[in-house]
Amino acid sequence: MRTVTYRDALREAIREEMQRDERVFIMGEDIAGYGGTYSVTKGLFEEFGEKRVRDTPLAEEIITGAGIGAALNGLRPIVEIMTINFSLLATDQIINSAAKMRYMFGGQPAVPIVFRMTVGGGAQRGAQHSQMLESFYAHIPGLKVAIPSTPYDVKGMLKSAVRDPNPVLFFEHELLYNIKGEIPDEGVEYTVPLDRGEIKREGRHVTIISFSRMVHVALQAAEDLAKEGIEAEVIDLRSVRPIDIDLILDSVKKTNRVVIAEEGWKYYGTGQGLAALIYEHGFDYLDAPIQHVAGADVPMPYSKPLERAAIPKKDDVIKAVKTIVPAALARG
Amino acid sequence: MKTVDMPKMGDTMEEGKILRWIKQEGDTVTKGEPVAEIETDKVNIEIEAFSSGVLRKILVPEGESAPIGASIAYIGAADEPLPGQADGNGSNGKAAKGGSKKEKAAPDSATSAAPVPASSSVAVAPALALSTNGGRVFISPLARRLAEEYNLDYRQVRGSGPNGRIIKLDVEAAVKQLLPVAPAPSAPAFTPEPVLASLDTGEVVEIPLTTMRRTIARRLTQSMQNAPHFYVTSVIDTGKLGELRQQINAYAASDPNPVKVSFNDLIIKAVATALVRFPQVNVSFAEDKLIQKKQVHIGVAVALEQGLIVPVLHNVDRRGVLDIARESRRLAEAARTNKLKAEDLSGGTFTVSNLGMFDVDSFTAVINSPESAILAVGSITPTPAVVDGQIVIRDRMKVTLSSDHRALDGAVAARFLQELKHLLEEPFGLLL
Repeated sequence: MRTVTYRDALREAIREEMQRDERVFIMGEDIAGYGGTYSVTKGLFEEFGEKRVRDTPLAEEIITGAGIGAALNGLRPIVEIMTINFSLLATDQIINSAAKMRYMFGGQPAVPIVFRMTVGGGAQRGAQHSQMLESFYAHIPGLKVAIPSTPYDVKGMLKSAVRDPNPVLFFEHELLYNIKGEIPDEGVEYTVPLDRGEIKREGRHVTIISFSRMVHVALQAAEDLAKEGIEAEVIDLRSVRPIDIDLILDSVKKTNRVVIAEEGWKYYGTGQGLAALIYEHGFDYLDAPIQHVAGADVPMPYSKPLERAAIPKKDDVIKAVKTIVPAALARG
Repeated sequence: MKTVDMPKMGDTMEEGKILRWIKQEGDTVTKGEPVAEIETDKVNIEIEAFSSGVLRKILVPEGESAPIGASIAYIGAADEPLPGQADGNGSNGKAAKGGSKKEKAAPDSATSAAPVPASSSVAVAPALALSTNGGRVFISPLARRLAEEYNLDYRQVRGSGPNGRIIKLDVEAAVKQLLPVAPAPSAPAFTPEPVLASLDTGEVVEIPLTTMRRTIARRLTQSMQNAPHFYVTSVIDTGKLGELRQQINAYAASDPNPVKVSFNDLIIKAVATALVRFPQVNVSFAEDKLIQKKQVHIGVAVALEQGLIVPVLHNVDRRGVLDIARESRRLAEAARTNKLKAEDLSGGTFTVSNLGMFDVDSFTAVINSPESAILAVGSITPTPAVVDGQIVIRDRMKVTLSSDHRALDGAVAARFLQELKHLLEEPFGLLL
């Protein structure tokens, strides 16, 4: 094993897939000579050339549509749309074309395409450029939505996404690019499936369900809670569509308590959908109402202190856990 | 603001119907003045105001019914805001309890630091308002399921969660109290109940109740009060049963795992077989329905020095008699040594109580609720009997079935007992 950043792990995955399969290519804004707005594609242009690492105009609908066309014709495009906020310009292509073609044409065409983009706030990008919006796409049948939180997962899941015959939305939290984590040595091939969550920390008193950057917040909260005798289990969803409900229910059966922690907005989002699933299938195992830690119900403020206040923190997760874990249990 | 509540007029009354409002909204009422006429299951009666003021609002219109204790009107000062108006949430229905607590799940938009553009959160965030309801018991889904598994009446349990909600810990604590032993699987060691000192006043000795005695008192009172018992007795010839038992025991003595089969083990087996044939006896009465159990779990009353406990033999219909004998030996031993686990005490669908060893002819037993029947077994006694017109001495015993008449009727009980008698008098069938 070796320690790399999330960004490097991601770049390795793209490079290895491009080396493995010449149908794989990447396109997006400023990804070639400039190396990408977030430096993910740095060096790829030099290695693979302009045919497979393509700069595009600032026109998301066109990039997306061209990518879908390439996928329909047998290529394996990775389309970088910089941030999820800009993908809103391409929703018709993603939702009405990519997600539905295989279904509407009797299963004949596959649309093996990966749409990579950043999500989330916390870097003072203002209201229009700080959104999660993952639930937006998770709502749509025909799409897969991956949202990995660690270098290991981002590499393994991007490889699975490239090889998947379906359109995959691949969400990278901007603040995760520099985090470090262990991945297998170079040359050791591995993938991470797109339909499995993972228990990132085991515990028996409460299940904290999270994804993307909030997984790290949840893990820090669990660390603090452990000092007070509360053993929190932290589940990283890794994908929000399909959702690994079996993993969640097994954990709920063990802990009987659930806190959902997400950065995005509360209403009608991933957390609420998840809560409904747990109530539907796990009602008899719940000993307390599900607690939901989510982003403040406002457009993301630009001001640094206000932005900090709007994004859930470790203490918010700890408070939610303590609301439903009886003190007596922590002592026992 | 005071409420006028539906009064309880007699033990059987559960709700009352408003026949007529004597006072109308806006009328002045004086304490003691009749405000409405109600009809109960027995009588029509006028109910009086317990406070003076203005009848501000009628919550239950004429012709409609309300459960006892429910608020049916408000009396207060003419200008006092009505409950529910005060906090801007509007009235939440006719049975609103005067002092009902309101808790709001406020949307996150209230976060003080964030400058909220008026359009964003207000439009999206529904203001959720919940209210606790007078007589309702709050219990978590998990705690409710556990209470059912333990046959625990959770209404007696004090909730330690938010809003007094009963949570898993509370149910487990209550179950521990009911058992002589703490069944916590994680902590097998148990703490014996502290020995409570008796108080000798000279005239009498006051003996404090153990939790076991308290439980017996509570549960059996409940059963006797709620379940209308009726009794059916049968005399059973045990001659062949005795012979069979001897044969079984002669065989079982040489078994690699030797065991001695008692009459009671054979009776348990026969009861299980009869229950399979009469599933209408294997039921629980659940107010609005009968719950028929597909499994046959038979409780066996075990007398202890400090009281009585009923461990349960599970799936008796699927066990052979040697297996039943071993399991009942294990349970009796566990009962005497305080080693019963929670699962040893849960899930019973029928109980057998045998006082045969104390030389009793017959007796009646109190049903172990929520089961619907219990069999009381007397001693086997050589008895002069008429067989084929001749008086002969036969071994006989009397058994009495107590049944819950809400769940089953005399004819069913009689037929069940007839089947049991046949099974015990021609006991070879028990082995098949």
